[in-house]
Amino acid sequence: MAIKTLRLQVNGEVREVTANPKAPLLFVLRNHLDLKAAKFGCGQGLCGACFVLLDGHPTQSCDLPAEAAEGIDIRTLEGLDSKPLQDLFIELQAGQCGYCLSGILVSATALLKKGRGFSREEIAKALDKNLCRCGTHGRIVEAVFRAQEA
Amino acid sequence: MARKSASLTGNPRLSQWIAFLTDGRFELRLGKVELGQGILTALKQIALSELRVPEEAVVLAAQSTDAVPNEGLTAGSLSIANAGDAVRRVCVQIRKMFVAAAASASGIPVSSLVVKNGAVLDDTGRVVATYQALREHVNFDVDVVDADEGGQEASGADNGLSLLRLDLPDKVYGRPTFIQDMGFPDLLHARVIRPPVHEARLGVGAEDVLAQVRSPAHVHRDGSFVAVLADTEEDAYLEAARLAAVIPWDVRAQMPPRSVRLATWLREQPAEAAVLQDVKPTGAAEGQEFRRTYFRPYIAHASIAPSCALAEWANGRLAVWTHSQSIFHLRAALAQALDLDVSAIVVHHVQSAGCYGHNGADDAAFDAALLAMNAEGGRPVRVLWSRPDELGAAPVGSAMTADVTARMDADGAVSDWSYEVWSNGFLGRPGFSGNPAFLGESHRVGRGPLPPSADPRPEGGYGIGRNAVPGYELDGVRIRQHRLLTMPIRTSALRCLGAHFNVFAVESFMDEMAVAGGFDPAAFRLAKLADERAKQVIQRAAELAGWSERRAEDGFGRGIAYARYKNVSAYCAVVAEVEATEDLKVRRLVVVVDAGRVVNLDGVLNQLQGGALQSVSWTLKEEVQFDQSGITSLDWEQYPILRFTEVPRVEASVIDRPEEPSLGVGECVNGPVTAAIANALHNALGVRVRDLPLNKDNIIRAISDSPD
Repeated sequence: MAIKTLRLQVNGEVREVTANPKAPLLFVLRNHLDLKAAKFGCGQGLCGACFVLLDGHPTQSCDLPAEAAEGIDIRTLEGLDSKPLQDLFIELQAGQCGYCLSGILVSATALLKKGRGFSREEIAKALDKNLCRCGTHGRIVEAVFRAQEA
Repeated sequence: MARKSASLTGNPRLSQWIAFLTDGRFELRLGKVELGQGILTALKQIALSELRVPEEAVVLAAQSTDAVPNEGLTAGSLSIANAGDAVRRVCVQIRKMFVAAAASASGIPVSSLVVKNGAVLDDTGRVVATYQALREHVNFDVDVVDADEGGQEASGADNGLSLLRLDLPDKVYGRPTFIQDMGFPDLLHARVIRPPVHEARLGVGAEDVLAQVRSPAHVHRDGSFVAVLADTEEDAYLEAARLAAVIPWDVRAQMPPRSVRLATWLREQPAEAAVLQDVKPTGAAEGQEFRRTYFRPYIAHASIAPSCALAEWANGRLAVWTHSQSIFHLRAALAQALDLDVSAIVVHHVQSAGCYGHNGADDAAFDAALLAMNAEGGRPVRVLWSRPDELGAAPVGSAMTADVTARMDADGAVSDWSYEVWSNGFLGRPGFSGNPAFLGESHRVGRGPLPPSADPRPEGGYGIGRNAVPGYELDGVRIRQHRLLTMPIRTSALRCLGAHFNVFAVESFMDEMAVAGGFDPAAFRLAKLADERAKQVIQRAAELAGWSERRAEDGFGRGIAYARYKNVSAYCAVVAEVEATEDLKVRRLVVVVDAGRVVNLDGVLNQLQGGALQSVSWTLKEEVQFDQSGITSLDWEQYPILRFTEVPRVEASVIDRPEEPSLGVGECVNGPVTAAIANALHNALGVRVRDLPLNKDNIIRAISDSPD
């Protein structure tokens, strides 16, 4: 399997990584750059646990080859300024196992960058590509809703 | 005096549970593990409230078989009762030890001393001695005494207060915390290639496929157990996917044929029959006879993270990192499967995503252990399951079907109740039935297949028969079960086991009789309950839902359901509001639970909301798909679960009973939620759907099958 030096723009920095260019971006972020927030959930782009922002859009990183992400602005949860939102997740205890939260926080951060004043229904719609199996949806939507006033 | 919990019986020394560190903090040693249910937080809260120390004064020991008491399985909604009791007794005893030591040192009588913030104070509020200062005067190497619970006098932390989830900040702020986030230097990454159904062997041509493995990856093969290993995760992952797409499997299982309905297939299989109850009616047993049949399909755990484990074999010792629900049972099963002495194995628990029962965790641990024992240079190995394997190779909750009959007289009295249920067993856990029961083990040379799953015994709260006994006053109740002796689709414990289906069936049947007789469904149930606590959850749920004010409205419906989990645990009543026009949508759930003494209120509510929504997902959408080649629902499109836009409003509340023992709430909601939705659907459409899930196909079939 080929190895290549990839230049990736991650969280505002240019990072050079020597890896299989076909490696899913998720593994490069987690294993080569030690950015563990984005999670492996399915590898099929269907659950949102692996979401990162690519040019500001929530995008699955699990089925995107790393070489396809060169030249694009990549932001992981670690590189997002989401503290008020995250603080609300703590305040409302919006988590049970918490595995889905990184991907959800990335989606929610992108939404709140677009504006404020979203209804709970609109927030739910924005999070619809994220799966939560423990059933914490209600608290999560509430936390995002309240973050609009933060 | 309350009976000592099971957790203490096996672990009678104080020092097994707690240590007083040199810096003055307490290290709490817990055998129950975090599954996403918040148990560690609740147990720490009990410790803080009984030791009377600030939050930072108690730390939790890392959980491994070398370091914590053996509390068996974290399952069955038993942790708050068993571990909670143990922690409370231990901490009360320690507090009293310190007070006694302070009394002895100061001459002040015990009755004039109180503890606050880790210090013993006299009745003027003056500090007599801190815990730290009394260190030399207390000895933890003693038995836990049979003292009364500390409880009421000043356990402020329990009264409606909720310690915030200890593990949530790391998860919210994106810090590595899950087992999937762990790594070691020189780690070997592995992916196991598995068949589409457990009873299978590698087919003809497999060897040629495996010979094509591309460097730097390599293959480990043992019979039909195949893994791809590499220095990087991506190389193992990509190469395993490449080979898995073309590797041939020889499916040995006789899958249920498509031409026969699964409910029929269940009845036709060889099975072990048992009578769970046989109480004859004492009265006349008159009235209209009702006969109905209900069904639910196989349901998957569908945890958001695939199972994961790490293992290292060095100097004749095996170390395993796992998210298993029982590190001790796992250790024993690994010893048996790998022909090692138990003393040569240490098992560490690390959190994964939500655990709802016996999922792939133990199997992943075996995979990693086997590969570690075969790894060159003693390198540690990490195994991560694929999503298809998590949905298809992990055990699932069994499909079930039941026939229910009873008589109801003109006054609504019910008699001659008969319930007969067919299902696979719910106990396939490694180390529980004399068989190591690991999936990987069953594929090795000379081993396998996995035996049909056993089922928990009455003392274990039953599996197939859990909540089959209706909790109502009925004249004459006969319950029979059939445990299948074939298991083409691998089953084991999934949240609430047989109670989900049994409550669905019982509560649908109760509703059918009530509606047929013109009785209000809530009043119909209340009239058959003697237990005040049962009545109150129903009355409260009805009140909060505005039950008596409901009016018939086109396409809208309401339904009510009640159950006491395992007939001895938490009480739960649910009112569901649905809209049934194009599709069935659940709009609102009112959930009321009585779980005895509440420890961490927010944790309880979180579990009730979560269990309710998971049950909505089971009810509306979930069924394992399969064909003759094996399980086919292997991704989130073929096994859809509830999405954010489909989530109803959930109003959960609790009736707190501080004088009653605490009861677990992790599993009490699922059955009543499903039944309430089914009852609401009937209320909306006038059609009774008796086959889960309540999806379009089943609703349409019920409409076309119905006499009107």
